[in-house]
Amino acid sequence: MISSRITVENVVKSYGSTKVVGDCSFALEPGKLTVMIGPSGCGKSTLVRLLAGFEPPSEGGIAVDGAPAVGPSHDRLVLFQETALFPWMTALDNVLYGPRARGRVNEHTVQRAMELLHKVGCGAFAQKYPTQLSGGMQRRVELARAMINEPKVMILDEPFRGLDALTKELMWQYYAALFEETGRTHLFITTDIDEAVFLADRILIMANKPTRVRAVIDVDLPRPRSLETMVANDRAAEIKQQALDILHDESLRSFAGGNKAALDFIASYERRFGRVAASAATEQQ
Amino acid sequence: MIIDKLRTRAARRAVVSLLVFAVLWELNARFLSKNVPPPSAVLAAWVTVVGQPDYWHSWYMSFTRVLGGFSAAMLVGIPFGLLLASSRTLFGVFFPVFEVLRPIPPLAWVPASIIFWPTQELSIAFVTFLGAFYTIVINVIGGAQAIDPRYFEVARSMGATRWNVFRRIILPATLPSIVVGAVVGMGITWEVVVAAEMISGGGSQAGGTAGGGLGFLIWSSYVGGSYELIVLGMISIGIAGLISSELLRKLGVYVTPWIQARSS
Repeated sequence: MISSRITVENVVKSYGSTKVVGDCSFALEPGKLTVMIGPSGCGKSTLVRLLAGFEPPSEGGIAVDGAPAVGPSHDRLVLFQETALFPWMTALDNVLYGPRARGRVNEHTVQRAMELLHKVGCGAFAQKYPTQLSGGMQRRVELARAMINEPKVMILDEPFRGLDALTKELMWQYYAALFEETGRTHLFITTDIDEAVFLADRILIMANKPTRVRAVIDVDLPRPRSLETMVANDRAAEIKQQALDILHDESLRSFAGGNKAALDFIASYERRFGRVAASAATEQQ
Repeated sequence: MIIDKLRTRAARRAVVSLLVFAVLWELNARFLSKNVPPPSAVLAAWVTVVGQPDYWHSWYMSFTRVLGGFSAAMLVGIPFGLLLASSRTLFGVFFPVFEVLRPIPPLAWVPASIIFWPTQELSIAFVTFLGAFYTIVINVIGGAQAIDPRYFEVARSMGATRWNVFRRIILPATLPSIVVGAVVGMGITWEVVVAAEMISGGGSQAGGTAGGGLGFLIWSSYVGGSYELIVLGMISIGIAGLISSELLRKLGVYVTPWIQARSS
């Protein structure tokens, strides 16, 4: 089965007496790209570590196609915020790391690795070390390194954070193309609303205290997507506005709960849309 | 190839600076400090000595000791450092002892080592070993503890075995620190071997094949009053140290190609 359904049920994660994730439930639909967006400090990165199996949840469970997921596995691979390519391996060796570690390498694997590198636009750099590549290229090689393992679910934790705007848009296109081709289940974490709308099939808007899914927005935009069509698309703008309204509302709550980081978002939102939109969102519920 | 190298600006500067240094030294020896042998006299001494097997035997003795002590320090120090870095328990047990012994200068071990080890040669080897050992261990521990924990998470996710993680992650990630430790350790080894040879190698109890070496050459020249040979011995050590550090650095670049790649 190529596409898997991942279910998160009543997951709680506490460190000592601090509850970082509290009673969180959601599902990742098979073959869909789910984007998770939410205010900072709402436990997104902790959820990533739980999904990847780096840490066990304190309560509740995570299942892949109904089978409980325990510990790290190449079923569930993570692309971290900053590059975690092995600096001592060439791009190609990095991509081949997973298959080699499991002792499954033949000519076909090497061929597949090269194919993936070409697909992310790094074919000519197969023999280069990570330090010889640009930041954007490093992320793409890392994407190829994960994809060669054909994970049941790919988890991307703000992978394009810190890249400049143009590089970021280029990354969206490479990534969307790769996703559309493989058709596997993906979870993409971000704080960037444009990124979310461009990539997502579904957007999960998270709330904190306790961490839970605040709203789900189905992004019914056609694939394949390109920046040109997205900019002019009314439906895309509508989805973006809808998501921003909910996020603004959530930030207000989060700020009221003592989260100072939420204030920046509220300020920029109100500068952009005025208070009218904010009150409209509150009335909608 | 050497001609090519001489054409570079850096090489020309090096040659000029060495020549100026020699000229100043010559002038100083002739007019100011008359008991310092001038470079011309040292060169003359070198010409006579260069054909004698005894001189090259001194090189051979010192090099053997340095290589022996240094290799032993690498062979023991790298696994020891990796072991300490990988286990909190072992670190807790061994590191305090290590930290108490580390500040003791290797040369302070000379008398104890002469008493403890059965032969002169072994005691010199032991002191040389100590010179490099601490530096290598400290560097290995530092390098291994600084490995990005995400590398382990990536490896575990992708189904790597413990051996694979050690072989393909821990070892290469620590290699640059090992190289730095080795280069520094090699320098210390030369300092220590020469002093150890002066103290023990030239001693009256040096019977049979023991003794000798560049340190001993300096010491015996001092005792024998041939000042040119003292300076010749010193320069020989400088060159020997330079050769070993350079070789080690080359080897370091060869085993860590990704470090060099950064600048190209």
